[in-house]
Amino acid sequence: MDINVICYLLVGAVMLFAGVYGFFTRRNLLATLISVELMLNAANINFAAFNRYLFPGALEGHFFTLFGIAVSAAETAVGIAIMINVYRNVRNIQTDDISDLKG
Amino acid sequence: MNTNLSPIWSLHAELSLVAVLLVIFLADLFRRPEGNSRWFRVLACVLMAVQIGLDLTPDTRELFGGMYVNTPFTSVVKSILSAGTLLVFLQCGEWMGRKDTRHRQGEFYVLTLSTLLGMFFMVSSGHFLMFYIGLETASIPAACLVALDKYRHQGYEAGAKFILSSMFSSALLLYGLSLIYGTCGTLYFADVPSLLEGNALQAFALVLFIAGMGFKMSLVPFHLWTADVYQGAPTGVAAYLSVISKGAAAVALAIVLRFVFPFMEGQWTLVVAVLSVVSITVANLMAILQTDLKRFMAFSSISQAGYIVLGVLAGTAQGMASLAYYIAVYVVANVAVFAVISTVEQHSGGLTGRDAYNGLYRTNPRLALVMTLALFSLGGIPPFAGFFSKFFIFAAAFEEGWWLVVFLALLNTIISLYYYLLVVKAMYIVEPEGGQCVVSPFRCSPGVRVCLLLCVAGICLLGLCSGLYDGLTHWAGLLPFGAVAGL
Repeated sequence: MDINVICYLLVGAVMLFAGVYGFFTRRNLLATLISVELMLNAANINFAAFNRYLFPGALEGHFFTLFGIAVSAAETAVGIAIMINVYRNVRNIQTDDISDLKG
Repeated sequence: MNTNLSPIWSLHAELSLVAVLLVIFLADLFRRPEGNSRWFRVLACVLMAVQIGLDLTPDTRELFGGMYVNTPFTSVVKSILSAGTLLVFLQCGEWMGRKDTRHRQGEFYVLTLSTLLGMFFMVSSGHFLMFYIGLETASIPAACLVALDKYRHQGYEAGAKFILSSMFSSALLLYGLSLIYGTCGTLYFADVPSLLEGNALQAFALVLFIAGMGFKMSLVPFHLWTADVYQGAPTGVAAYLSVISKGAAAVALAIVLRFVFPFMEGQWTLVVAVLSVVSITVANLMAILQTDLKRFMAFSSISQAGYIVLGVLAGTAQGMASLAYYIAVYVVANVAVFAVISTVEQHSGGLTGRDAYNGLYRTNPRLALVMTLALFSLGGIPPFAGFFSKFFIFAAAFEEGWWLVVFLALLNTIISLYYYLLVVKAMYIVEPEGGQCVVSPFRCSPGVRVCLLLCVAGICLLGLCSGLYDGLTHWAGLLPFGAVAGL
């Protein structure tokens, strides 16, 4: 069976919406972070697939993927650092426990 | 090897900022961590003042095959952003000198300057990759800034909320960019417009892009993080986020929508108009309910973002000029308000509620006066600069036929006057509990005084110097890709 660009796009789209769903339903900061990572990687898959199948002459999409991975790693590092800080202070990373700011 | 390095010097705004960043980073290593280090804060302010001068150069140039585009207009925007950062640095001196924060002041300056560097690249990008990297460089260190006060409960809560919502928005934006790449095969701002045909995928990409930028600019309905983050973040950081990063995002949004999506104008102008009106209205109604001044200023800044977006709507040279002008005026007024909030907070043991301001006029008359002028300017009362900036932005949108939007925005100006005057009323008229204001008389530190002086000068003079607006209109007419956008 041929694997064409549509298959990759479907995987990407499913990952994006799974990420959006997880972001809004999960009550654990780490799970929320994982959901966002899913969304970022959905975009990376799209870039790589488009580059490979539709525009194989240039490398723009692949480069975008590389930069995307690097940037999302930086974001995750900061995100996890903040979560460790939350954990040290409240011994928990459930979103219900850090909801003092309201109004 | 015979490489011509002279084009690199067109990057002087960014290069000088990197130099400032490195100098401050090294100076931080050589200072005593527990010392007061007043010289260090003075050094940061002086270096920023020099850097503002270097931003201003009226040349148009493309670098790295069109990935980086410098125009007179972006130079002006960069110097506005640098000037705003300088004002924030001046007002933060007092907070940074406190015993519990002084060992971390190096981090504050380095992180702030890295976000500023990201904004510079974002504003003068000519390719979506540069745009995306600039956007991320502007938002990742901002999360560290928000969580700088790491032992305060509100601080890390705000940090967690900020980093998660900023990652969410950039993921949406990145997915939108991937769809643009898939349909066009290129991501250069100069090439994309001719390849756009307005099909469903591209419309979806456009929606995702606007949603992502809406998060960064905190437009309703993407504003939910704003109030929590501003309240939890240190006041100086909240001031920085509310003016500098919002202004940079607005300019970047305007440039991309105008020059990359000109042929899909019919599709995005309506979206932007609705976002603008909804932001102004909802934020105004929410602001009335707030009793904490930092939350109050958060909603005020959401509604101001709605006004700024009106300038995006009117895509003429006049619209772009009024956008930049609005940002400049908004910077001085908002930084003044935050400077007052911050000093009152420092001298009253962390009070930011509106009750703390009851009778402030009796104990600190000059501080109350500055606050009043700044709030009048934000509300748009003549003869302060805020009136002129609102006038120009309304005029630009009106000329393009958005009269209903302008009418609704005008109605909202009246509502906004009500809540800005609530604060003024608290300071001058309301009788404080027990007959004595909770904030005792105090003298501001020299940095704050210079900051407030500059802000008041800006509030009073920016509106009266008409040459400034004319110059901005002239420079905005010289934007690149102008032929495409029909300017």
